[in-house]
Amino acid sequence: MKTAQASKRHPWLSIHSFLLMAFIYIPVLLIIVFSFNDSRMSTSWSGFTWKWYSTLFDNRTVMEALSNSLTIAFTSTIISTVLGTMAALAIRKMQNRGKQGVIGLLYMPIVVPDIIMGLSLLILFSQLKMDLGKMTVIIAHITFSISYVYVIVSSRLANMGKQLEEAANDLGASSWQTFRFVTLPSIWPGVIAGALIAFTLSIDDFMISFFVSGPNSTTLPIYIYGSVKRGISPEINALCTIMIVVSVMLIILAQWLLGRGKSDKEKGGSLLPF
Amino acid sequence: MTLSTDNGKGLMLMIRLENVEKHFAGQPVVHPLSLTIDEGEFLTLLGPSGCGKTTILRMIAGFEQPTTGIIRLDGEDVTQLPPNKRNLNLVFQHYALFPHMTVEQNIQFGLKMKKVPAKEQRERIDEAIRLTQLTALAKRYPHQLSGGQQQRVAIARAIANKPKVLLLDEPLGALDLQLRKNLQAELKQLQRSLGITFVYVTHDQEEAMMMSDRIVIMNTGKVEQIGSPRDVYERPETLFAATFIGENNIFHEERLFTVRPEKVRVTPELADTRKTGIIQDIVYLGNVHKLVIHLENEPTSVTSVLDFTDQRDWSIGQKVGVHWNLQDEVTVGR
Repeated sequence: MKTAQASKRHPWLSIHSFLLMAFIYIPVLLIIVFSFNDSRMSTSWSGFTWKWYSTLFDNRTVMEALSNSLTIAFTSTIISTVLGTMAALAIRKMQNRGKQGVIGLLYMPIVVPDIIMGLSLLILFSQLKMDLGKMTVIIAHITFSISYVYVIVSSRLANMGKQLEEAANDLGASSWQTFRFVTLPSIWPGVIAGALIAFTLSIDDFMISFFVSGPNSTTLPIYIYGSVKRGISPEINALCTIMIVVSVMLIILAQWLLGRGKSDKEKGGSLLPF
Repeated sequence: MTLSTDNGKGLMLMIRLENVEKHFAGQPVVHPLSLTIDEGEFLTLLGPSGCGKTTILRMIAGFEQPTTGIIRLDGEDVTQLPPNKRNLNLVFQHYALFPHMTVEQNIQFGLKMKKVPAKEQRERIDEAIRLTQLTALAKRYPHQLSGGQQQRVAIARAIANKPKVLLLDEPLGALDLQLRKNLQAELKQLQRSLGITFVYVTHDQEEAMMMSDRIVIMNTGKVEQIGSPRDVYERPETLFAATFIGENNIFHEERLFTVRPEKVRVTPELADTRKTGIIQDIVYLGNVHKLVIHLENEPTSVTSVLDFTDQRDWSIGQKVGVHWNLQDEVTVGR
């Protein structure tokens, strides 16, 4: 009711919103639309087809890149989720002055430009004489994913407060039982949401992976970057469309998990740092 | 000091605090305190917020360590024991029910942790549910319950463990007045039928008067007075105790003394009276009415409470005599 009145009063507001949305989404929509275009040329529309999706799945290089991406994403997600959750639990218990410093250091990978992260990791790996490959990409992805998992899980922990754990302790639960039966079930949606974000970030990452991947660890974004140099093909559009759909679904799932189990009052505000 | 658990009255001692003191960041929040609580007693820690009453409760529960002093539970020194090793339970101010468990699972939690046999678990859950009238709600989740119902679950969850002592931290604080009155009566009834020692924290003096066997009045970390509701009302020992519980008239003469408003008599005659004054205000409250009298030649007002038997006509501005009996003067310390 109120918004309807507001838009009546300011006709320019809706036009402005429309233009802004168009600016953001037209490029993405173009990729999706042309992934169904029957012509090889991205300039004109010549009919609807699914064929680029089927040729995509017949392309061995693409399938290999997909398999690399999934291996890296699953491995780095599991490890970073465990480490990020442990960090959130440990930092909550800290009481000394170092606490703010540790939190600041954990936030760093979110703030530091990807290109610097990538470059510094590359230098580190060459200093350690590590061969670039899936392992180095996994380590790199864990490095930045921990921060995101930490942010999400620690805000969930802060929401939970300490009373539930005190109640469990009072009812005879040991520290481990309290964690197992009360803390973990309470923060579980946050842990899963953190894992989904970590997975999405890993699948989508180009910049850092580009620096630390080797010849046999080409991920989907790196494959796309390489093939675009030879011109944009409809298969690439189809691949991008699939990645867009998967990423958006994962983020929606994460948001839904974070919203669950909270009162209506708390709902609405996103916990994601971006 | 003996370690006997007999208090000489034939009742067993349940809790003994010996010179318990608590500092936070160098600041004393609880001054040295010694206190004994009998088995089956309903003891209330009463005082304004920040007086240290919750800290005492949390020290008994084991969530805070006393800076110095010893806490004994049923004769045993529990000062160093963690909360899960103490045979008592705390009912939290905001209930702290586990949101991902049903009412029944919440109540079962403590029994499961203590590895009570399954058959006995069932019996104890059923008994706790029956005593707190939660039978119809056993399968619900906490967010599906009203505040009063959640409060009942919190109590059921605690009593299912058959603790030696039940600690309650302002358990009715978040509820509205009518519900609070009902639950006060229910809680008192429950305590009598279970015979468990209750240590109850509240800032509501009426609640404390209504429910307790003994009241510990606290202010700024110090105990002002310990006594039965009648003791603390009729014989307050400090100025704080005299004014925190009920209404009181304070007189600074050669000594500091108080006279309860219902002990103050007012007469239209001015001869042979203790004091004289002018009626400043008349407050009609139904069962009683109150006269506020500004004393002549003194910067104080006196309140007199008159009951329904008083049919005289009073008017604001009227000059009246004020009386009380010498034995109704209660000398208090500062």
